[in-house]
Amino acid sequence: MPRTRTTDPSHATEKVARPSAAAPPPPTPRRAPRKVRLWRKLTPWLFLAAPLALLIAFTYAPVANMLAYSFTDWDGVSPELNYTGIDNYIEIFTRPELFRVFFVSGYYLAASAVQIAAALYFATILSFDIRFRNLFKGILFFPYLINGVAIGFVFLYFFQDGGTLDSVLALFGHESDRAWLSTSTSANISLAGVSVWRYMGLNFVLFLGAIQSIPGELYEAAELDGASRWHQFRYIIAPGIRPVLSLSVILSISGSLSVFEIPYIMTGGATGTETFVIQTVKLAFQFNKTGLASAAAVVLLLIILAVTWLQRRLVPDERVDLV
Amino acid sequence: MNHRKTLTGTLLAAALLASGCTGGGGSPKGADAKAADDPSQVSGSITVLTHRTDIVQDGTMQKYADEFNKTYPKVKVEFDAITDYEAEVKIRMNTENYGDVLMIPAVIQKNDYPKFFASLGTQEELSEKYRFTGFTTVDGKVYGQSPMGATPGFLYNKRIWAEAGVTAWPTTPAEFLTALKAIKSKTDATPYYTNFAAQWPLTQWTYINGSVSCDTGATTELAEDNPWGEDGELRVGDQLLYDIVNQGLIEKDPATTNWENSKPQLAKGEIATAWLGSWAIIQFRQAAEKAGADPDDIGFMPFPARVDGKACATANPDYNQAVNIHSQHKEAARAWIDWFTDKSGYAADNLSISTLKDDPLPEVLKPYEEEGVELIELDDTAGGTVKDIDSASEVGIYGPAYRQDLVDLARGAKDGSLDDFLADLGKRWTEAQKTLGS
Repeated sequence: MPRTRTTDPSHATEKVARPSAAAPPPPTPRRAPRKVRLWRKLTPWLFLAAPLALLIAFTYAPVANMLAYSFTDWDGVSPELNYTGIDNYIEIFTRPELFRVFFVSGYYLAASAVQIAAALYFATILSFDIRFRNLFKGILFFPYLINGVAIGFVFLYFFQDGGTLDSVLALFGHESDRAWLSTSTSANISLAGVSVWRYMGLNFVLFLGAIQSIPGELYEAAELDGASRWHQFRYIIAPGIRPVLSLSVILSISGSLSVFEIPYIMTGGATGTETFVIQTVKLAFQFNKTGLASAAAVVLLLIILAVTWLQRRLVPDERVDLV
Repeated sequence: MNHRKTLTGTLLAAALLASGCTGGGGSPKGADAKAADDPSQVSGSITVLTHRTDIVQDGTMQKYADEFNKTYPKVKVEFDAITDYEAEVKIRMNTENYGDVLMIPAVIQKNDYPKFFASLGTQEELSEKYRFTGFTTVDGKVYGQSPMGATPGFLYNKRIWAEAGVTAWPTTPAEFLTALKAIKSKTDATPYYTNFAAQWPLTQWTYINGSVSCDTGATTELAEDNPWGEDGELRVGDQLLYDIVNQGLIEKDPATTNWENSKPQLAKGEIATAWLGSWAIIQFRQAAEKAGADPDDIGFMPFPARVDGKACATANPDYNQAVNIHSQHKEAARAWIDWFTDKSGYAADNLSISTLKDDPLPEVLKPYEEEGVELIELDDTAGGTVKDIDSASEVGIYGPAYRQDLVDLARGAKDGSLDDFLADLGKRWTEAQKTLGS
């Protein structure tokens, strides 16, 4: 199974929080005795042993397993499996209907743009000194902390005919009672909306962190020079957070291609909301084609890697130098 | 930089090595779980995997176990109740550790039963006493035993149907539609409830198989013919479902239906009808009591089709209990299965059809006897093949996707015509038949 957006933040924070330069090596006046030298060499590996073991056991071994399954006709439970070579891959690429579901990703891609813009807006505003700013930060980040399954169920009630959304709209005098999840377009837009609601907090926190790492004197100097808030954003904040911004774009594109939880829980992929991952899960668990599904997962992984690579090529990661 | 490369290489090698350990060795084949001659001598501690989390939690299961211990004092029974039964047990079945007694998950291919379960005996011998043996028979040997059976049918609210002026059961799909229309115009109830969002209720429509033609060989037909062809059983059912949805006789927003809520709603008369199974009757009656409605309002009727004036209802097994082929206490496990089927009263407690051929029909099916509905048991010899075709064609007659598409099509949320839709299903189905046959 490809990593979905939920697992990505660790990766993101790692990038943001990494110290920029390593400390210079300490001077070694005299060669230490053999035993000490051995220990010195071993020490970093001892520290790394636990995380490496976990990484191998829970990330690389399963991926290798998946790769191995993708060359078999395994049904997911039978003790017998046959190696079929690249048959699964041939099948995937000769069935164009398997790729049609990527159109659904378009909705989430559009939603990602909205999501990043909104997160950027809120992060900028809340980085200035305003009242209740910590409260607002909390409110904006909160949705990201809720379990995805819970969100799915909450929003099922929210979109129900005559549910929360309809009642709220009625308060504003808009007597709509429409079935939000009942046509393909409105269902996809509704689901993408839920995804924005859920993940905006994450983008927001990333942006806020980056913005706050910009030295305060810059704003002061800018203000003395008579720069407006917009100018501060345009010439200080935006360039200052460029690496985080481009990282967010990468994450949201790969996230849009591999949307899963929200549509799976809320509609199960019905009414034209099926995404590539849902389709893969159906292949694996409904039609017992674990081999074919593994191949599909590998293909998705490759697509995401290719898109990321392309993006890094088009927008290279430049060093930021504000001062 | 170079250093990092070697590290990645090591990791990759380690990962590939780890992957080499999949696939596992061969498992024992052809083990038997024989019934013991002397109950007092059977001993051992067994774990029973079950999907009935509800009755494990409220202690009902323990009561059965206590009762069981009166006959088999030396057997200790423990229950492992699993909420997401299908998914979890499927994964556990990749190891040898999947309890001593378990319900056979639907995902296990019938022809693979001998690899996972110990045989309970020959069909010849067991079918004299029990129903449903054919559903778990591979090469003449039986691998599972359902403690109860059910028959699919329409649950309906008698009061609402009477208010709409329909008292006799409809005998054709057309009559059924007329009845639903009457309900729509004369009452406030939703004539039919799809339970679209809960998904699995839609798969129940596949179990009309056999009700239309009254042919015990209906499953074999599925394996050999096009189920959506001219006289296909599934075509009749799908056409009816399509018409019900297409003529606006369902709830307004199927996408947000709620299974738990649908029970009291049907009991109170807000919903008039739903296609489920006789196993659901007890749940709806309990919901009625909770909601302060009359449990006796909940009625049950067969599919609106008659062969020579007679309705047919198929009796199907529930989850089949089987003995793990790797179990250390096969005798004790077998003792539990036999006792649970024969003596526990589980079927009666659930108002379902008993597995014992000699037992009378449950009280809820009395109207069936009065109306002369014939209860038939389908021949499941081709059951494994049907599932193979189903998976290969990716139609999914036992999954929700295709019926959700059908409902979307009928209510205009998806473009296309019913004929094209069914023709496409038939094409995929017959193509898979050919590939599997070759």
